Amino acid sequence: MVLYLLAHMYGNLKIIAGPEAFNHYAHYLRVILEPLLPESGLLWIIRVVLLVAVLIHIYCGMTLWARDRKAVGGGTRYAVKKNVQRTGASFTMRWGGIAIALFVIFHLFNFTFKAGDRTQTPTIANTAGNYDLMYRLSTGEMVPNAYQMVHNSFEQWWLVLIYFLALIAVGLHLRHGVWSAFATLGANTSPNVRRNWNIVAWIVLLVIVVGFMVPPVAILLGVI
Amino acid sequence: MTETISPDADALYTEGDSLRDDTAPAAPHIKDKWSEWKASAKLVNPANRRKIKVIIVGTGLAGGAAAATLGEQGYQVESFCYQDSPRRAHSIAAQGGINAAKNYRNDGDSVHRLFYDTVKGGDYRSRETNVYRLAEVSANIIDQCVAQGVPFAREYGGLLDNRSFGGVQVSRTFYARGQTGQQLLIGAYQALERQIAAGTVTMHTRHEMLELILVEGRARGIVTRDMVSGKIQSHIADAVVLASGGYSNVFFLSTSAVGANATAAWRAHRKGAYFGNPCYTQIHPTCIPVHGEHQSKLTLMSESLRNDGRIWVPKRAEDCDKDPNTIPEEDRDYYLERIYPSFGNLVPRDIASRQAKNMCDEGRGVGPEVAGQGRRGVYLDFAEAIQRLGRKAVEAKYGNLFDMYAQITAEDPYTSPMRIYPAVHYTMGGLWVDYELMSNLDGLFVAGEANFADQGANRLGASALMQGLADGYFVLPSTLPNYLAKVGHSEVAADHPEVVAAEQEVRDRVTKLLSIKGSRTVDSIHKELGHIMWEYCGMERTEEGLRKAIGMIRDLREVFWNDVNVTGEAEELNQALERAGRVADFLELGELMCIDALHRRESCGGHFRAESQTPDGEALRHDDQFLYSAAWEFGGAGKPVLHKEPLEYHYIELKQRDYK
Amino acid sequence: MKMTLRIWRQKNSNAVGKLESYVIDGVTQEMSFLEMLDVLNEDLTAKGIDPVAFDSDCREGICGMCGVVINGVPHGRGETTYQTTTCQLHMREFRDGDTITIEPWKAEPFPVLRDLVVDRSAFDRIIQAGGYISAPTGTAPDAHATPVNKADADIAFDNAVCIGCGACVAACPNGSAMLFTAAKVSHLGLLPQGQPERWTRVLGMVDAHDDEGFGNCTNIGECTAVCPKGIPLESISRLNRDLLTGLRKVK
Repeated sequence: MVLYLLAHMYGNLKIIAGPEAFNHYAHYLRVILEPLLPESGLLWIIRVVLLVAVLIHIYCGMTLWARDRKAVGGGTRYAVKKNVQRTGASFTMRWGGIAIALFVIFHLFNFTFKAGDRTQTPTIANTAGNYDLMYRLSTGEMVPNAYQMVHNSFEQWWLVLIYFLALIAVGLHLRHGVWSAFATLGANTSPNVRRNWNIVAWIVLLVIVVGFMVPPVAILLGVI
Repeated sequence: MTETISPDADALYTEGDSLRDDTAPAAPHIKDKWSEWKASAKLVNPANRRKIKVIIVGTGLAGGAAAATLGEQGYQVESFCYQDSPRRAHSIAAQGGINAAKNYRNDGDSVHRLFYDTVKGGDYRSRETNVYRLAEVSANIIDQCVAQGVPFAREYGGLLDNRSFGGVQVSRTFYARGQTGQQLLIGAYQALERQIAAGTVTMHTRHEMLELILVEGRARGIVTRDMVSGKIQSHIADAVVLASGGYSNVFFLSTSAVGANATAAWRAHRKGAYFGNPCYTQIHPTCIPVHGEHQSKLTLMSESLRNDGRIWVPKRAEDCDKDPNTIPEEDRDYYLERIYPSFGNLVPRDIASRQAKNMCDEGRGVGPEVAGQGRRGVYLDFAEAIQRLGRKAVEAKYGNLFDMYAQITAEDPYTSPMRIYPAVHYTMGGLWVDYELMSNLDGLFVAGEANFADQGANRLGASALMQGLADGYFVLPSTLPNYLAKVGHSEVAADHPEVVAAEQEVRDRVTKLLSIKGSRTVDSIHKELGHIMWEYCGMERTEEGLRKAIGMIRDLREVFWNDVNVTGEAEELNQALERAGRVADFLELGELMCIDALHRRESCGGHFRAESQTPDGEALRHDDQFLYSAAWEFGGAGKPVLHKEPLEYHYIELKQRDYK
Repeated sequence: MKMTLRIWRQKNSNAVGKLESYVIDGVTQEMSFLEMLDVLNEDLTAKGIDPVAFDSDCREGICGMCGVVINGVPHGRGETTYQTTTCQLHMREFRDGDTITIEPWKAEPFPVLRDLVVDRSAFDRIIQAGGYISAPTGTAPDAHATPVNKADADIAFDNAVCIGCGACVAACPNGSAMLFTAAKVSHLGLLPQGQPERWTRVLGMVDAHDDEGFGNCTNIGECTAVCPKGIPLESISRLNRDLLTGLRKVK
């Protein structure tokens, strides 16, 4: 999932290179590995794998949550509770996870499904004069204009804000999640290694948040 | 409070028949006795072991090791402890190490030398046969513990490290940083838990033994109180083992755990078991001094500190309140090095302790004034060691002890000398046992610190762990089956009159304690008893002081039984009630200790009678009159009865101890 | 010093507990935290109030019997004292007029027996599930038969110092006892003597841990931050490595 996010971010950054590059990329995602796979084949494979991974992830998270709540007796545990050293990020795993799930659904409605609606039955005839919906690549090929869709969205400041908050949630989720996953797999072998994994986790946080925020902010500020 | 002066010592007790232990075989040489004993011991068929039940009270090194080993052998073991887990027994607090005659250092050690050192260290008041066996099995203990995964200190070659300890001139002490007792106990605890999982041992935590059940003169069970529910219940078995530790807490302040108590041993004593040498108590020299009125316990720092630390006081009393770092070398009195040039700071504990007291009595003690006693402390200085070895090396060796000192006193031992003062640490006395570790009561075995046998009048460092594990792993698992083979298994009905009577005694006592509802708290009486014992039956004892103490203890007992306030109810978790029962027993034991100390008109080991000292102030024994162990029979309402067990030394020549 | 104590009072495991306030006077700097509670109990007894039940035994930080949550931190914490046992926390860490909240360990597998006393027998049962080396008395070879690499022996020792106090569970937001379990798995698994049972040990102990109802480790690290003996967090990772191998090797 982390790799998917990084790939997703890489794609998003193409928007800086302009409509040509971005739309070509969006189109390329659909035709990749053709004719080995049908159109959108790989995309669907990735979608299914991701969906399964997300569902397993949520199921495990919920099970863990239920067991841990039971272990501490549920509800209020101590009248006074002070945290000694835990990271802020470790607090965000559960509510942050839910927030991320809600955001992903919103995100899909905002872009993927919308894009889907417009592209499922596109014809040259009804889209030829509409610069908004279709885009002619330099190769002459007509492809859906994802660039414009994204551009339109991020001209609204509140949408940028929602994305920003969601990315903070994702970043924090990864900040603890990345280190914790490696530790659980046995990779925390010494205090030094522990520190290094935490640095890696911070880098992932920064890369994801900054990388995903560059396009929306650039659009909002009118840079692209 | 009125102080009644007791009459003549001899009027305080009567003398009964002398006692002889004839259970050690008559082998031609002492080194063959234990193997000969084992060769002729009776055995129990494995199929029959399952039917035989053994009760073991206490889960320290002796009790825990014995329960695990007897479980492995296939007996049904019922194990009891007052703590919430067998892993908490106070053996865990031992820091320094465990002796074993392995001679891994090739420095001339042998079983005989360990035997000799232990007898001499005990000031020739222990039984030769028992001590020899102890030295003999010591090497097996180390093997056993290493096999269990006890992480002893090792050298870079992967082999075990050793260090030297007070009172000896070889390096035979195995250690695990400053937590040897913890590691050994965890080893025994794990072996015990393994047997619990295997179903051979049934564990009863938070259970306190409050009575011994004798049926037709044989120890057949105990009555316990479940400390959570308050339920009183009897447990029946074919033999009973007490491994319930020592009685240092009679002094209130000691290095013992606050819950440690003498109730199991004292209840057995009241039922007829002889109490051996109760006046032999050990005062450990390197403890953190008392800091205030509300102190609940004293903390010991391992004697190993004396390997590299130097003990001193200012030469002049007027320097005592100065910052020690400003006192120049020539104004310091390294008194142990001065008085005992050959052993220096490594003299046995009793000597190091008494000299610290002497320095403070001379007005050269350091640290804060203690009400009415002047300054009670001497310096233990690592400046020279830090210079010689480097701070890092000192930290590696003693770091955890230094941290402990810093945590308790808020002073930094790396930059200024530590202050130390002796504190009650161990009791050599205990229930009298024979070579087979059986008391004079048939079927009642006693192991570890709870018995009296091996340490004599003073215990050498790193010998308590050795004795506890020797008894638990090797001696009891041989001698107990020998007894069980003779008696076999038999049932005792739960409604047997002697069982019912024992249970009733316990209930009556609990009811009585709860019904007094007086004005004094249990702790306040315990503290008062502690003050009396420390003042008159501590590091230095006198005829006059002991007589005075006996009167004071009797009066205090009256106060207790008429004016104590035990809150709460019988059938609940009631810590005041638990403490009250223990203090009631200490109030009786304290008197017997004073009587024993009064009757022994000589100085030996930890028992120092001011009237009996050499011209230069060392303990002066009187072998012509006192070469015996004193086994006291409970006198009921009357006087205790003294049985003397003469001590015979065939392999060691009696000498006045000399560490100069 | 004068202080206000808010202490959890609960008659027995079936009763409902609540915090009660008491004012205590005459607290001195040198007192340990438990000695302060002793003084409170003397005072309560004189007033005819049941004293507060709390566990303690060695009072020198090694038996693991004591342990209460002080102002939200298991075993408490002061300016100069941290990673301590309750008995080694001293009143010099507090100020005149402070309010101190004292609660028992709270976790489903640690039921409160009375006031601040909890039942930690679940730990013993985890040990029973494999926290030992099977070496019946009398069977041991000479202690020098197997040299042990000093580095391994040292790490084994760092883990063997666990005192089983339960602070890790009390601090863990998930109520997990992984640090306790991992300390034993590490101690025995690093020694040559512990190898034959290494994989069955870790499987057995983790199963027992889960069966007792402890929560799961999510690597938050509060356990190690309050551990009086400083058992390191990487012990849990070591347990996980052994668990992965164990799952593969043990059928």
